[in-house]
Amino acid sequence: MGGKKAGSPDKLIVNGKRLDGRKLDELRPITIKAGVIPNADGSCALTMGETRVVAAVYGPRECFPKHFQLQDRAYMECIYTMVAFSTTDRARPGPSRRSTEISKVIKDALLPAVFMEKYPRTKIDVYIEVTNANAGTRTAAINAAAVALADAGIEMRDIVTAIASGKIEGQVALDLFEPEDNFGEADMPLAMMPKTKEITLLQLDGEITREEAEQMIEMSMKACEEIYELQKKALKDKYASEKSAEVEGEGDENGSV
Amino acid sequence: MDQYKTLVTSLLEKGLRHDSRKLMDYRPIEVEVNPIPRANGSARVKIGNTEVIVGVKFDVGTPFPDTQDEGVLMVNAELSPLANPDFEPGPPGPAAVELARVVDRGIRESHCIDFTKLCIKEKEKVWMTFVDIYPMNDDGNLLDAAALAAVIALKNAVLPKYDEKEEKVMFKEMSKKKLDMSKLPVLVTFAKNASYIFIDPDRKEENVLDTRLSVSSLADGKLVAMQKGGQGTFTKEELLNIFDLAVEKAKEHRKLIK
Repeated sequence: MGGKKAGSPDKLIVNGKRLDGRKLDELRPITIKAGVIPNADGSCALTMGETRVVAAVYGPRECFPKHFQLQDRAYMECIYTMVAFSTTDRARPGPSRRSTEISKVIKDALLPAVFMEKYPRTKIDVYIEVTNANAGTRTAAINAAAVALADAGIEMRDIVTAIASGKIEGQVALDLFEPEDNFGEADMPLAMMPKTKEITLLQLDGEITREEAEQMIEMSMKACEEIYELQKKALKDKYASEKSAEVEGEGDENGSV
Repeated sequence: MDQYKTLVTSLLEKGLRHDSRKLMDYRPIEVEVNPIPRANGSARVKIGNTEVIVGVKFDVGTPFPDTQDEGVLMVNAELSPLANPDFEPGPPGPAAVELARVVDRGIRESHCIDFTKLCIKEKEKVWMTFVDIYPMNDDGNLLDAAALAAVIALKNAVLPKYDEKEEKVMFKEMSKKKLDMSKLPVLVTFAKNASYIFIDPDRKEENVLDTRLSVSSLADGKLVAMQKGGQGTFTKEELLNIFDLAVEKAKEHRKLIK
């Protein structure tokens, strides 16, 4: 990176801590809630620090337009969008080149996990809205979409988990937030299936050595394990709340008998 | 399609490919510099039967608000139906957008162009560099062909004259100013089918591959951009192996940049 960019903070790391007080290998606080959109077959709201996303899954359902229909498996459509007020400058609604590419890589990241062949001639729609953007939106989107797919009861090999690592002031750091994303040296989003450790998404923006690449991959893979537990917990919490509602219902019936 | 996939995989098991290449062999690469006189810089790159033309055009415009003393780079790809029976006319789809953005990322993130040198008047006027990618024949691996052609076209591009008094570009008069390309990013694409990794997939192989990874690197071995595509997966060990191979292969391609 050449000179300092306009608006760049003096330092991104002060006394070994990042501007938001995190250590280099520390995630932002994450909250995940499954089943937030009653209309959807599966859904999830997820926050990673100030980054907020909502994902909804509709399907497997009839495939429209018909010519997308596949005889031996399902067709997936994945649409990532940013709501107009999610960014510093208003984001023009509708698809952009950036969102078109991100939609594509999210789909490529999710598909290895889904048993698409179990749902021939159907379509699975994955819609993701970024409601507040503060870096890491594509990885947050993948984490939310994976939970939404599981929440929809779609059969999967595993829950896909994603996180980005980057480089700030020459040091490898986990889960960049906005100032680090804007003024750091590199950003590498990664998604994987934690059970088999197979990597389903890898991108890189910025200059790194091969050793740094290895360090970043390892750092991300470790963090994915943490996020994976939160994703599973979100699903369990949702089913636990459904089950207790059922039990209560049965209780009423029994009571009336 | 499934039969063809079985064939490709069974050949890979023996270390072979349908066109008799070895797994880490590229098809022959041909480079032509400035084939388009009207462009400010251009290149034609052939990798086997894949052919891509990239042209560079300059114009003057206003800078982005967050980089007010820097020129602007715009990379666009048009997948014209003349190049592939599967391409359809219309606005760029995900494949075209990905192609343009991966090429863009390699150039931008390598900082091979000093955009502050493309500033005419801070906050008001900067050079806009338009890189347009046009595949003429898509026989697979458009990514590497387009990335190579884009770097060659940029390296050979000459800026038109700018009339400071009139504040306009004199498109018909060329200056002697070129982009100072301090580094040369080279993109190398790997494909994976079953557990076999091979380089430079052609169209037949692309149609059946599980996944691919494109890595852009510099002469000093730094990695500057990556993109995984397709619906398969990689292991960490495979990725680290690919990084090393990408840097090695890029050295060969860098020799072709004139």
